[in-house]
Parts: sequence; structure tokens; C-alpha cells
Amino acid sequence: MALTNADVARLADLARIEVTNDELTVLAGQLDVILDAVAAVSQVASADVAPTSHALALTNVFRDDVVEPSLTPREALAMAPAVEDERFRVPRILEEEA
Amino acid sequence: MNVDAVMDYDEVMAAYEPVIGLEVHVELNTASKMFCSCSTSFGAEPNSQTCPVCLGLPGALPVVNAAAVASAIRIGLALNCSIATWCRFARKNYFYPDMTKNFQTSQYDEPICFDGHVEVELDDMVFTVPIERAHMEEDAGKSLHVGGATGRIQGADHSLLDYNRAGVPLIEIVTKPVTGCGAKAPEIARAYVGFLRDMMRALGVSDVRMEQGSLRCDANVSLRPHGVTTLGTRTETKNVNSLRSVERALRYEICRQGAILASGGKVKQETRHWHEDGEYTSAGRSKEQAEDYRYFPEPDLVPVAPSPEWVAELATTIPPSPTARRAQLRQQWGFSAAEMRDVVAGEALDLIEATVEVGCDPQAARKWWMTELTRRANALGVSLDQVGVTPAQVGEVQALIDEGVINDKVARHVLGLVQAGDGSPRRIVADHGLAVVNDQSQLQAAVDQALAENPDVAESVRAGKVQAAGVLIGAVMRQMKGQVDAQTVRRLIEATLTD
Repeated sequence: MALTNADVARLADLARIEVTNDELTVLAGQLDVILDAVAAVSQVASADVAPTSHALALTNVFRDDVVEPSLTPREALAMAPAVEDERFRVPRILEEEA
Repeated sequence: MNVDAVMDYDEVMAAYEPVIGLEVHVELNTASKMFCSCSTSFGAEPNSQTCPVCLGLPGALPVVNAAAVASAIRIGLALNCSIATWCRFARKNYFYPDMTKNFQTSQYDEPICFDGHVEVELDDMVFTVPIERAHMEEDAGKSLHVGGATGRIQGADHSLLDYNRAGVPLIEIVTKPVTGCGAKAPEIARAYVGFLRDMMRALGVSDVRMEQGSLRCDANVSLRPHGVTTLGTRTETKNVNSLRSVERALRYEICRQGAILASGGKVKQETRHWHEDGEYTSAGRSKEQAEDYRYFPEPDLVPVAPSPEWVAELATTIPPSPTARRAQLRQQWGFSAAEMRDVVAGEALDLIEATVEVGCDPQAARKWWMTELTRRANALGVSLDQVGVTPAQVGEVQALIDEGVINDKVARHVLGLVQAGDGSPRRIVADHGLAVVNDQSQLQAAVDQALAENPDVAESVRAGKVQAAGVLIGAVMRQMKGQVDAQTVRRLIEATLTD
């Protein structure tokens, strides 16, 4: 497959992960091995095997439109790193505009 | 503040053809969320309607709400779409705190509804708007931005998140590029969104309140020189939250893009933000790279495969389109085209229909809603359905008139008392002693008095000058404090004079 360092840098950026140049080189090689391993599946898949995205051959697993009790606000917010005004408090979303 | 040059609309139209596209999000009115059993009710205490699924806690598994799928299929059928026999959900990956999972569960290349069209009416002409797709997804949480100017995200110090809305079922309806609208493009866009609103309401799948965000619209537009068949570069305008804004935002964007193209520039493909107050758009945050949501099939959900039987069953529940319904009601009620247009524009159609359903004459129902009650709603600054009088009460008032118990003037007074919360019309008439006096002796006495006090007028009426009777009728009405039918008085005066 041969992923380039630029490919990996783009993926890291999309995943919001900081990666050094040295790490890019290492990861590009490791990801290559993973992609090759997955690609090997296509060698055994013949034309009569339909692509699948799920391990179970099920469709239409639904629930009825019925409300059940939610967590209390206290329970929900107990997991928040910071709380203000009964809401999850998060750091600034946009960097200051230039 | 608006900083962009704009060109005169007619001048833009002389050189370019606008092509529009609309993305409308409809929040479904299911009781529970799309993938979990939390309530969807609006306005609850912050973070009181969440669970491990809609908070995206590790290991929590979503399960699809059957009613939301049924609503999606019904919407598709109403938009003349094909319904997928098999489709999947997909993860749309993005980092933004309004979704704790860091992805939105949506549909990507396999929407449940696709390839439809709707016919919208504008100035007695019918335009066909082609529908690309309608797919299922979930709404995001609500952010409050703190520390910046007027609650905007720009310049905010931090943000606060309420996840009650996260996971509420949404249907996104996307048009194909709509061509051939010419200068009417903004009005057609408005008529289309209005059509969707009315259609969703008729289907009963959504509250479709634009001011509450249960119907939201993104408006795309591009320009191309007349005669050119390739599409120009488009912009997408967000925050278009009323029918009026749909039309105005598109009109503004057309004028802005026209100015750029006419001066030899290039329109930048970008997201723009509509400013309701100043009536202009501004560029959203510029992105260094194109969006990359890395969609992939949602592994936690199995495919949705509606059976033909289910779709056929749902097809029997589709009401006529608003366009067809208006035509049908207009004929049924005997309204003129102008009367019907005013009724629709005045948001009175549903109210009149409900009033007719309780037995009221259609023209009488139209009269009450379009005059007295519209006046009262305007005075209060509320929409007609919030005026505080129900269709059943209007029907009751008209029934009292038809029975001869009250006249028009008293009826208006009664409606005011109904609005003030005094009770049912019949009860108000009884409690306030408003019934027209049918006591002949009392009425005869009033007539005799009027004739005695106006001998000259009485003489000229007797001599055949019938129009002079108005003075006498007026005198009797005053004497009876208006609680009597004018026609009855006229007949009695005539009868008394010819005795």
C-alpha cells in the first residue's frame, strides 16, 4: 500500500492527535502492515461473497417508541470534567480569529 | 456589519441564472430519541433527558426507534421518493462538543428515501422541485457560548452543553440543484420550505416550528451566465430560520455573488451565516482543508430493510399534498382564488378547516378568522392559533347566530369574552344576558316608541321611502342595547306601519 508520511499526518490531524516527524515514519510503516493484512481478505473473497459491514445477518432490529427513565442531571453531570449552570462546561471551541 | 459589495437584483438576473439547492432538517416528534429511550420533549431541565447511549458512554449500544423509521418512510412517500429496500446507517466523524461520541449517526451513500419531487405553488404557477434524498440521522446537543459578544461562538471564553437534544431523530431532506426558476428563485425556495412545513404538519411527523428549530434550513445558491449549462460555484447559507429569511438570504447571496462575478472575481465555495437583523450574510470560519468526515458503516446497527408490505401499508396513510389539499378545500368551500390565497397567507387554513368540521359554514368561518380574530391576534402580537379562541368556540358562536340567539355585533363581543377566558360562548351569552330579545311585547314597545319619537320619518316610510327606516331601526337597536336582530326590527317596523 505504501502510506506516505503526509497521509499519516492528515489522519493524525483529523483524529486530533499530535504526532512528531519521527513517529510519522514509524506509524506509516505500521499502518502499512495493517492495511496489507486487511487487504489479504480480498484474496479469498470471491465474487459470490457479498460485502458485509456486520457480523450478524440481521436487519430491522427496532425498539418501540416508548420513553424510559433517563439519568438524572446529577448522574449525567457526575461524569463531566467541569460543570456550570447544570451543563457540561467545555473549553473554548474556536481559536481566536486572526 | 455588512462589508460585501452587492449588485442590483435585476441587473444580476439580466446576466446570470441562479441555481438553488435546499437542505432542510426536520426534527421528528417521536416520544423517544432515535437510538435510545430518552424523552424528546422540548424545554426540559438541562441534561435531564440523557442516558449512556446519547451521552456516548463506552459500551452503550444504540437501538433504532421503529416510529422514526416509519416517519422517514412516510416523508419519503409524501415527497414522491423511492424507498430503499435495504440501507445502512453511517458514522459521520467530526470533533465538536455538541456530539459526545465524536461522530453523528447518519446515513451516507444509502439514504432510506431517494429520487423524489414535489410540486410547489407560486402565484398560480406550479414549479417542480426535484428531491435528491431524505435520510435519517440524529440531532446534536445545544451549546451556549459564554464570554463572547451576544452568545456567539467567536470570541467566546468557553461553552456549556445541554445534551437533551442529542439523539433526537432528524430527517434531512436535500433537493437536487433547482434550475429554471429565473428571478423567482428566492420565492420558489420560500414556497418549497413552506410546502415542506405544511406537508410535515399534515403527516403529523413533526411540530415544524422554525422558531424552535424543529425545522431548519440551509440555502445553497450559485450563479451561471445565461446559456451556460455547467454549475457555478455555490455558497451554503446557514441560520436561515424563517420562511421570510429563506427568500431574503437567497436574494442577498445572489446580489453578492453577482457583484463578484460582474467585477471579474470568483465566488469562493464557503459556508455563510445569515444575519437576520442586518439582512446580510458573512463568511463562516474559513477551513484550510475540505471537510473529511471519514464516513463508514455504523457497526453497532444492523441494516434497515423495509418490507414492501410495510411501505405499502404506510403509503395508505399519506395525506394529500398541501397543494392538492388547498385546491380541494377551495372547491369544497366555494372560496375565490384570492380568498384562498389570503387564508393561506394568514395561516388560517387549518383553523377554518377545524371550524367547518364542527358544522360551521365555510364563509362564516373564513369571516371570523380572517377579520375579527386576525385583528385580535395582531393586537396581541401572537399567531392566529394562539389567539385564545378555538375553532370549536368559533363554530359555537356562529351556531348562536344561526339560531337567532345573538347577532354579529354581540358575537364579536362574545368572542372577546371567550378570549378573556370567561368560558364557552353559550355560557357567556347566558351569564351576561346577551341573548337577543325575543320578547315581542318589549320589542313592540321599543318600535312604538321609535315611531312616536320620529313621526316625520315614520310618515315618509309609510309613503314608500323605505331607506328612511334606517333611522327607526337605529333607534330601536339603541333602545334594545343591540341585543336584537336588525332584520327582525325592520320587519316589525314595516308590519307596524302597514297595519
